[in-house]
Amino acid sequence: MMLGRLLVPPTVRKGEAFEIKVLVQHPMETGFRRDMNGQSIPLNVVNRVVCRIGGREVFSAELGSGVAANPYLAFFATADAPGEVEVEWTDDRGDRGRVSAAFGLA
Amino acid sequence: MKRRHFVAGLAALGAMPAAAQRFQPAQDITPLLRELTAGATAQPGGIEIELPRIAENGNSVPMRIAVPSPMSAGDHVAAIYIIAERNPRPRVATFHFGPASGKAEVTTRVRLAGTQTVTVLAELSGKRFRIATTEVLVTAAACLDESL
Repeated sequence: MMLGRLLVPPTVRKGEAFEIKVLVQHPMETGFRRDMNGQSIPLNVVNRVVCRIGGREVFSAELGSGVAANPYLAFFATADAPGEVEVEWTDDRGDRGRVSAAFGLA
Repeated sequence: MKRRHFVAGLAALGAMPAAAQRFQPAQDITPLLRELTAGATAQPGGIEIELPRIAENGNSVPMRIAVPSPMSAGDHVAAIYIIAERNPRPRVATFHFGPASGKAEVTTRVRLAGTQTVTVLAELSGKRFRIATTEVLVTAAACLDESL
């Protein structure tokens, strides 16, 4: 389980785009670095991030080693009813993480 | 230690960072673009890129991309690709949107291996494409220091 933070406005306007901010704690290992013993550290990045609202996908991303450590993503979504924003991600080692936050309608 | 050994050691030290840097020349991204657009021509413009002109630290460069679009079922932005031609892996990130996104806009932080042109390709519904580039001067590039 990996750590992440999610920021969603507490209330949103119906049908109007609102911003979702996600910060995932992850080293985003490029595979080009070496450890203290000169062994190469294998590539391990968060390769996929999916955001759903009420089970419906609103945004997704495929990241590579060109994304900075502790990947930060800010994007937009719309909603017609109060619900929950859910963000899930996976890294190259198969580790998963999930954060969610509820929002209401203004 | 003999003087000549010391001098040889110094020379080796001087040579090390150059070897570790593994200078990355800009790659030709045309084949990659052709693959992403499936041969279609991308219209230049129509993409807003916010990237500092001078990035002090290539390990984390803030980048915002916005593609103006009504984001309706029939006319929306489906995907945004970030391509950095001098990175060891030019495909930095891909973002997927739908009408429920409301706005085709994304902010993230990228790694840049040196001063280069960053290309953004946007895929619109109906397999239409837009393309835009921006220059960025990177003072301390990412991916160069292997020791850390």
